[in-house]
Amino acid sequence: MLQSPIDRIASATPPAVAARVKGLSDRAIAWLFVAPSIVLLLAINIFPLIWTIRLSFTNFRVNRPNAQVEFVGLRNYINILTDSDIWLSMQATAHFLIWTIVLQVLIGFSLAYLINKKFRGNDLWTTIIVLPMMLSPAVVGNFWTFLYQPQIGLFNYVVGFLTGSDPSSFSMIANTSLAPWAIIIVDTWMWTPFVMLICLAGLRSIPPSIYEAAECDRASKWRQFWTITIPMVLPFLMLAVLFRGIENFKMFDLVVQLTGGGPGSITELTSINLKRAAFEQWRTGYASAYAVILFVTVFGLASIYVKALNKVKQR
Amino acid sequence: MSTYSVTEPSGRQKWFAGILVVLYAVITLLPLLWIIGTGFKSPADAIAYPPKMIFEPTVEGYVNLFTTRTRVPEEQLKELGEPTTWYDKLVRKDGVIITGASRFAERFTNSVIIGFGSTVLCIVLGTAAAYAFSRFKVPLKDDLLFFILSTRMMPPIAVAIPIFLMFRSLGLSDTHAGMILLYTAVNLSLSVWLLKGFIDEIPVEYEEAALIDGYTRFQAFYKVVLPQAVTGIASTAIFCLIFAWNEYAFAVLLTSGNAQTAPPFIPTIIGVSGQDWPAVAAGATIFLVPVMVFTILLRKHLLRGITFGAVRK
Repeated sequence: MLQSPIDRIASATPPAVAARVKGLSDRAIAWLFVAPSIVLLLAINIFPLIWTIRLSFTNFRVNRPNAQVEFVGLRNYINILTDSDIWLSMQATAHFLIWTIVLQVLIGFSLAYLINKKFRGNDLWTTIIVLPMMLSPAVVGNFWTFLYQPQIGLFNYVVGFLTGSDPSSFSMIANTSLAPWAIIIVDTWMWTPFVMLICLAGLRSIPPSIYEAAECDRASKWRQFWTITIPMVLPFLMLAVLFRGIENFKMFDLVVQLTGGGPGSITELTSINLKRAAFEQWRTGYASAYAVILFVTVFGLASIYVKALNKVKQR
Repeated sequence: MSTYSVTEPSGRQKWFAGILVVLYAVITLLPLLWIIGTGFKSPADAIAYPPKMIFEPTVEGYVNLFTTRTRVPEEQLKELGEPTTWYDKLVRKDGVIITGASRFAERFTNSVIIGFGSTVLCIVLGTAAAYAFSRFKVPLKDDLLFFILSTRMMPPIAVAIPIFLMFRSLGLSDTHAGMILLYTAVNLSLSVWLLKGFIDEIPVEYEEAALIDGYTRFQAFYKVVLPQAVTGIASTAIFCLIFAWNEYAFAVLLTSGNAQTAPPFIPTIIGVSGQDWPAVAAGATIFLVPVMVFTILLRKHLLRGITFGAVRK
């Protein structure tokens, strides 16, 4: 096709960018569109990760840039896995993880079940319940230290009022046996709505015809609940647990602000422990090895879990 | 004729469910109302026992939030003469004078700049990538998409060390540009996954018609697809904004004097004598209320946003 110069100019006027790439194939456009995102992720996620892995085999310390950096092999890894403090913080994380998930699943599912009764105004109340989840965990966590104050704190006052005990007789944050529960309560308050929303989506995805059929077969409500509702919601519930599991394994901001890992190191979750090693003791190599161990753990557990989830979905 | 449905709960069940849910909602709302309320209390009311439900509202907390103050002896206070402004007057009765502005406004502005900057970048990159993943045969598509998602599983502290070193050598540490790039990378997975879902829902036929009419791919993309995807883009943008807004771990590790955002700053607010809870609450209120408003606006897309489009409802 012959193209006059005028035509060429006409097609080159606005939109200029479009005209410039007019000759590009779909394949080229696909790459042009995807490349910037991939490059950014490689630069800010993957490159640092590889760097972390490399550092984990050295004794590098950020605060001693002039010191000789030595390759120490697996020493950092061995030190970490044989350190009883780190196992304690793993235990603290496991305790936190298990209890938050149990409570959030129980309360979240119950709430979803109740909301699904479609009483008037359920949309409004659902939105209100969801609010805490969207807020900054650090800012909210900090304010909870105020609510947890003995004597003047609202939480202690309400608990004292309900149980008849003295509000100044206990401190959620300073007491070693209560502190793990202090962080569980706040996390549950914040994230139960997340589990609730997913369960609600699951409940709403069940076609009413199944219940109608069950009713025809004279299945009791109780039986309908265990043989229809629960199995149909289970994939959704498992997805919610996956999201909460990954998020709470990484938990940092809320707990740092609430207890700072204390009292002692009772609530020192792995992320906080890692932060201390990396940014307070400046044991960079050691902390890098720790980070790699954590990442492998999350990734491994998540992969196993996703396999189980897919099995449940296929059923 | 009334239709009887076995799946419709009875009136009594609805009442029962409604009461329990409302009860939970009230309990869950209490700490939030307490934050907002404490912001309007005087320091004495804030730490009163029993906790005060009814109090005389004052904006002292807000004044304290935006200013730095110092305690001065009685005689010196008299020498200064009458306070000239209403906020001066307000703090004088506690025997303190205002010495200057606090850094809250600056930190809040940083949050706005970094939040919006990273959101814009995230949406631009995310929309392009999502469109490509949705419409073209990208080699290794599933692997790339999974790779993008997996970047989200990394604990922030795990990559913070090398990012800290990298930013230091590039001169990006404690700068707005550095934090914008970082938050963009953090939120990109969310933006690509969500937007791909939204673009998948736009019928391909629209673009095909446009292409037949002589549009180039690029024109079809921004004249046909983009206007259709506006709702999806807007809700994705708000999610990216909220996540960047709330982020704490990177902010506390990588910023200090210059580009620090509000979340690491608010907990450090202290008054002339110890923790100034009304000022902290005032800061938290200013910081949290916009998110509450956005959450209410977003409620229809909430589930999709927080589950990366895994659950659509």
